[in-house]
Amino acid sequence: MINIKNLHKSFGDLEVLRGIDLEVEQGKVIVLIGPSGSGKTTFLRCLNLLEVPTDGTIEIDEIVMDFKKPVKKKSITSFRSLTGMVFQSYNLFPHKTAVENVMEGPIIVKNIAKHQAKETAAALLTKVGLGDKVDFYPFQLSGGQQQRVGIARALAMEPKVMLFDEPTSALDPELVGDVLRVMKDLAKEEGMTMIVVTHEMRFAREVADEVIFMDEGIIMERGTPEQIFTNPKEERTRKFLNMIQ
Amino acid sequence: MFLLSNIFSDPERMNQLVSIAQTSLYPMIEGAIKYTIPLTLITFVLGLILAVLTALARLSSIKIFQIIARVYVSIIRGTPLLVQLFIIFYGLPNLGLTINPFISAIIGFSLNVGAYASEIIRAAILSIPKGQWEAGYSIGMTYTQALKRIILPQAARVSIPPLSNTFISLLKDTSLASLILVTELFRKAQEIAAKNYEFLLLYMEAAALYWILCTILSFIQGSLEDRLNRYVAK
Repeated sequence: MINIKNLHKSFGDLEVLRGIDLEVEQGKVIVLIGPSGSGKTTFLRCLNLLEVPTDGTIEIDEIVMDFKKPVKKKSITSFRSLTGMVFQSYNLFPHKTAVENVMEGPIIVKNIAKHQAKETAAALLTKVGLGDKVDFYPFQLSGGQQQRVGIARALAMEPKVMLFDEPTSALDPELVGDVLRVMKDLAKEEGMTMIVVTHEMRFAREVADEVIFMDEGIIMERGTPEQIFTNPKEERTRKFLNMIQ
Repeated sequence: MFLLSNIFSDPERMNQLVSIAQTSLYPMIEGAIKYTIPLTLITFVLGLILAVLTALARLSSIKIFQIIARVYVSIIRGTPLLVQLFIIFYGLPNLGLTINPFISAIIGFSLNVGAYASEIIRAAILSIPKGQWEAGYSIGMTYTQALKRIILPQAARVSIPPLSNTFISLLKDTSLASLILVTELFRKAQEIAAKNYEFLLLYMEAAALYWILCTILSFIQGSLEDRLNRYVAK
């Protein structure tokens, strides 16, 4: 499903990703952990090309992007449609209601008829538990509700892979559960392939097929949640886990 | 004071002034409807289009676009509007390019609004968080789609108050078009005053008409702001 080889990303002189190789099978959930500055967010943003990598290749659903050569804007846009992104700060469109947020992509990008897009969008909102909030503006919703609209908005584009960039970090603790539940359903019931940057260890234990510990722009250690959380091999992994638990 | 009381104590003079005010009202309103208002509206629309293009050129990553936009804004802001109008209307005929007064005025004022409003729009676009662009891109939008659907609608809300100022200034500035022979509101006042020498009365009357127009605009601005603020937490 996903095949990443030798991925590099630099910002000027600063090399944030220093050669990442990763294979993800269809329907698997990968949780990325690591200290801040380890490159995990940059890695995620490289997967949907919000940052264009400086070297390496990414293959998603048999479409390959090679970053040794300069990439065309058009191919960036089409490659991006393979992935859906959920942001830490939701980034909902404040001038659109919940349902308008979700139907925007299908209407504008996929040219789907408005009434049809609206129906699908309302169904998606119901699925994330917001069936009664379709006509609310983002400012009328709690953080947890906004984030679930964000998830529905990404799903509306029917991506092959969902990317979550610390989706619950900006939420009040009592709102985290609803968002995680939606993500869990997505993984277990829909079999969605997901890459999740998060510090929610319980979520990782319950949902992840694999946990990856990143540090200083490389994958330091990877394994099942059980392996990583109870018996990490690397000293750095152990230190990091001690700090957050 | 003495002069004023003189007028009011002389009923015949009073009647004469009232009658002049009444008969001059029609041609002045006609000037407003035929020239002042269309000139303001057409210019504002053209100016805004020019302003958005200029703002986008300034924000573009292509150097030559940035330079063109900067030079344009600098020239327009750095020279008097009246001089620009004179160059277009009285100057260009020397190159064999004769443009009628109304069109000259539209060109001059549009260039002006374009330059001033471009800075407002540029600032408004920059005030929209980067995450909004990224959210647009992440659902597959191109730059143009994200700009049109996500960024500009939000930038519009931010820029309504300063743009309203530009609009009101523009309405008043159209009186300068009288100097390139556009028979708008103020030129009508001048023409009538030239015949009957009632300068104070006619210029006060013109001022009152401008004031009424501007007040109406302020009301429209208010309701537009309310409409665009509906999605913002109070």
